[in-house]
Amino acid sequence: MPRYWHQWALIAAAFAAVILMLVLPLALILHQAFAQGVAPVLEALSSSDMGHAIRLTLVVAAITVPVNLLFGILLAWCVTHYEFRGRKLLTTLIDIPFAMSPVVAGLCYLVVYGSQSLLGQWLSDWNVQLMFALPGMVMVTIFVSCPYVARVLIPLMQSQGQDEEEAAVLMGASGWQVFWYVTLPKIRWALLYGVVLTNARAVGEFGAVSVVSGLIRGETLTLPLLIQMLHEDYNTVGAFTAAGLLAAMALITLLLKTVLEWRQRV
Amino acid sequence: MIALLRTRHSVLPGFTLSFSLSVLFICLVILLPLSGLAMHVAGMGWDNYWGVISHPRSLASFKVTVLSAAGASVINAVVGLLLAWVITRYRFPGRRLMDALVDLPFALPTAVAGLTLAALFADNGWLGQWFSIAGVKVSYSWVGIMIAMSFTSLPFVVRTVQPVLEDLTPDVEEAAATLGASPTASFFKVILAQLTPALLTGTGLAFTRSLGEYGAVIFIAGNLPYETEIVSLLVNIRLEEYDFASASALASIILIASLVLLFGIQSIQSRLTRRWRGG
Repeated sequence: MPRYWHQWALIAAAFAAVILMLVLPLALILHQAFAQGVAPVLEALSSSDMGHAIRLTLVVAAITVPVNLLFGILLAWCVTHYEFRGRKLLTTLIDIPFAMSPVVAGLCYLVVYGSQSLLGQWLSDWNVQLMFALPGMVMVTIFVSCPYVARVLIPLMQSQGQDEEEAAVLMGASGWQVFWYVTLPKIRWALLYGVVLTNARAVGEFGAVSVVSGLIRGETLTLPLLIQMLHEDYNTVGAFTAAGLLAAMALITLLLKTVLEWRQRV
Repeated sequence: MIALLRTRHSVLPGFTLSFSLSVLFICLVILLPLSGLAMHVAGMGWDNYWGVISHPRSLASFKVTVLSAAGASVINAVVGLLLAWVITRYRFPGRRLMDALVDLPFALPTAVAGLTLAALFADNGWLGQWFSIAGVKVSYSWVGIMIAMSFTSLPFVVRTVQPVLEDLTPDVEEAAATLGASPTASFFKVILAQLTPALLTGTGLAFTRSLGEYGAVIFIAGNLPYETEIVSLLVNIRLEEYDFASASALASIILIASLVLLFGIQSIQSRLTRRWRGG
């Protein structure tokens, strides 16, 4: 417990900042959604647009997370267990999606795969449409959320070293056995943590998806995009109901994050 | 072939597999789209490019974006340092909750943040009403953009400063106090000096994120051309007009800015870790 008044003053200031910047917005979401009682919220939840947006958001996340999980493990394994030329370059390149504006990311995909590019032309000759449809939305979501798993795993694998893995190999384990029986148990909580972060970003991505979705009602609107649509329609209850669903996801994410970080440390 | 890249042999199998799949993924997912944009921009010619970049509306959007991001970074440096300090140094009820809540902006989708902040700071909103009594306009002004940016990038400073602060045991301060330094002097001369690199890294990351922030900003900004229009939004507007050339040219500017910042921050970081390890 702090002993001096100035320490309490600092704690009070920190609480004020957290309440003003973080707690108040969360409270406002509930307040706005339930401003006219429970019935409008239930109505908003049962609308077909909302149902479609929820399903689409889950589909995008369900494809994105396993792809990025696999890639994250491979990359983290590669840069922490071997020494090779270009190792630092790989870890630098993986951070690019974090630094880029999501709108620019969406634009990059549109420029490469859109109908005005050579590749896009060729694809549309084969009746394949990537942009303004589900495949494009999944592709940009994979882009924006691909660093998380690797970023969580790399420092952990580095600090754990590879003595146990090497011992297992020398005792005759195959590569797959080493990963499954030696490495995976050491990293499982961090891995789950990476999955939780990837999922939160995949569910909540807005800028990149809005560029490549084409914003077709009832077809390519994920929950975050639906929020913007409802907001522009002055449908406050609907917008805040969708926001409430995503805020609940965010709070579950925080809870899991706290639990998983603690588990990994034990 | 790939095995030739290795500089030291390891008994672990799986190098070729993990290396080639990682490189393939990075090429397809990250580098191909980036080079697509670069080729698109290269094909438009210098005069066209310069015409787009130097257009008054573009210049206004650069100015709004950079100034708001700078303001947000300063707010985050101060608030982030305060939060990191209080969380690592003091033990009080609610500390763990505070620690967990700091990550909320990363977990909360940006559209939700934007929608909520816009309602919070509207002229009749919970916080906006106090600002309007004070005569400060938040919604539909650069102040709102700055607030949205500082919300979404708040965790960066806290999470980069926190581990350094944890390693910095109180005996350094105690030594300073024994030698006759006042608490204020020991904070500024002893602690802040050691925190500066981490603080700069965190602030730099927050600034980079703010430059590219889109979802949270567009709800609160009002999006008036020449006044409260950020670059990412202008890119999107040009796209909706099917003006791919202008969109790409504008995008290339923020892309270059964020890549330069990213590489700069990373080289500072790697230099720091080397120093910490005593290398």
